[in-house]
Amino acid sequence: METPLLSVKDLRIQFNSREGVNEAVKGINFDIEAGKTLAVVGESGSGKSVSAMALTRLLPKPPICEINGQVHYDGQDVMAMSSADLRHIRGKEIAYIFQEPSVSLNPVFTIGSQIAEAIKLHMPHIKDVNAHIIDALDKVGIRDAEKRIKDYPHQLSGGMQQRVMIAMALVCEPRILVADEPTTALDVTIQAQIMDLLREVRERTGMAILLITHNFGIVNHFADDVAVMFRGEIVERGPVDQVLSKPEHPYTQALLDCIPRLGEKRERLTTIDHDKLAV
Amino acid sequence: MIGFIIRRILALIPMLLGIAFLMFLLMSLTPGDFLTPIRMQRDISDEYIQQLERQFGLDQHWTIQYFLWLKNAVQFDLGYSFAYKVPVAELLGERIFATVLLAISAMVFAWIIAIPLGMLAAIKKGSIFDRLSSILAFAALSMPEFFLGLIAVYVVAQTGILPIGGFTSIEHDYLPWFAQVIDIAKHLILPAFVLGVGYIGYVMRIMRSSFIDTMHAEFVKTARAKGLSENKVMFKHVLRNAINPMISVFGLTFSFLLSGSLIIEIVFSYPGLGNLIYFALIREDQFLVIGSVMMSCTVLVICNLIADILLAWSDPRIRLSEGGAE
Ligand SMILES: Nc1ncnc2c1ncn2[C@@H]1O[C@H](COP(=O)(O)OP(=O)(O)O)[C@@H](O)[C@H]1O
Ligand SMILES: [Mg+2]
Repeated sequence: METPLLSVKDLRIQFNSREGVNEAVKGINFDIEAGKTLAVVGESGSGKSVSAMALTRLLPKPPICEINGQVHYDGQDVMAMSSADLRHIRGKEIAYIFQEPSVSLNPVFTIGSQIAEAIKLHMPHIKDVNAHIIDALDKVGIRDAEKRIKDYPHQLSGGMQQRVMIAMALVCEPRILVADEPTTALDVTIQAQIMDLLREVRERTGMAILLITHNFGIVNHFADDVAVMFRGEIVERGPVDQVLSKPEHPYTQALLDCIPRLGEKRERLTTIDHDKLAV
Repeated sequence: MIGFIIRRILALIPMLLGIAFLMFLLMSLTPGDFLTPIRMQRDISDEYIQQLERQFGLDQHWTIQYFLWLKNAVQFDLGYSFAYKVPVAELLGERIFATVLLAISAMVFAWIIAIPLGMLAAIKKGSIFDRLSSILAFAALSMPEFFLGLIAVYVVAQTGILPIGGFTSIEHDYLPWFAQVIDIAKHLILPAFVLGVGYIGYVMRIMRSSFIDTMHAEFVKTARAKGLSENKVMFKHVLRNAINPMISVFGLTFSFLLSGSLIIEIVFSYPGLGNLIYFALIREDQFLVIGSVMMSCTVLVICNLIADILLAWSDPRIRLSEGGAE
């Protein structure tokens, strides 16, 4: 078996505060292979976001937050990297988009200048930065890109803001895109458009995607593999069709039961009984 | 934007009318008037006093005085100072300049020190530096201005490094222009320092909390995830946003400085508006009191307006809404 692009071994994350120690992630393992999409599902607070942030050490420094375990990107030990080397990975090799596009862009800078920042940082050889930005905006389906680069984030709709985030993430051609609930804050119709866009760029660029979501519908149509997180642990992991058709862990089963299937009449709403699962 | 500025300036008019009305009311309620000390002198005849009362309009009911004053005020005649024997408007002009110069110097001094300190305290939140600067800020805030002023006067008088009191030296008028500027600056340093010290603590605390709030914003996460260095994240992305609340408090805090300058001006016998108001009040120099209070209010409103314009310039969300820019 060839070595995966990104591999995570026994990742543990804990937050220390006056109230005590919060073990947010309790030793998880997963790999991301080049060009493949891994979906991470699980209820909110199960540790999905902090795991994703830990991949490039984007969490607060000790003593507030302690990260243990191993993260290897393309053979490099991310945990042992100097912060200067780490900055070459962030945005250049592993790029992020987040849940809330309206607050993820800096309100006082134009979208063009925020994209330019990434280009100047990671691709200093590029002469015509402006043309590059316009091209990037074009590729995520933003019309009149020449005019839009002078816009401030608040002048765009939520869907457009997320497209800008995607353009900014993709502009340096990363090999992994981490999308942390990229559609949760958007309207349903916009959600579908953004997922279509992600599918399209994935086909064009061949990049790998780590998709965090709690929507099994999206997992089914979008991902190759899925990992189910529950209270800081990955309770089930495998190819999507296998996990969805034959869920082994009761939590996965419970999650699947929560999705209303089309054409299926349901007697009552299923809720997850946490106490039973936690044993 | 221009429409907005004009609207704000027009809104000043009813406010000033109201303030003048209140001032006339208050002055009518306080016992005595400018002529009180003269009336006490036995050798001045009643006829002469009545003549003076007529001359100053003090024999009328205060509402009539108000309307008479108003009639002149619309022609930019703010009345006559009983004590200085010159038109009030003439007195105010130079005093306003001196006071605004003092307040702005104190503010610039305070900002230059407080902004970097507040920023550092925020970045190193919880560190010894943060705690120490919080204590110092609190000490500076609670130090009475006149007390610090007296200490400063004492120290400077002992060492003789700076002139004490006044706005210019005696030979000021005979100096070349750059020496005049230096002369004024030398007179300004001490009162501006004393006035600014209390303000440092205030600005620092606002800056610190604004910076800490902004550090937790989502876009900071985006900036880091992009690969920017911590310096770029802090001094570009965070600072540029954290400064906006500072601009909006600028107008408000300017009123602290103006009222603070009242005491400072008296301690340093600095010929500003505060000093003028103080002596006008003591002598019940009615038109001068009213004129200087109104000028202080105007200065305040204009400062708030400048703050709003600066904020609009700094924050595109404000600039581009309210139909401002187009
Ligand atoms: N900056 C932080 N400081 C302290 N605790 C945090 C921080 N970020 C996340 N946590 C905690 O880590 C746990 C996992 O959070 P998160 O990864 O955001 O969950 P989710 O699966 O919804 O993305 C939660 O218990 C949360 O309270
Ligand atoms: Mg999350």
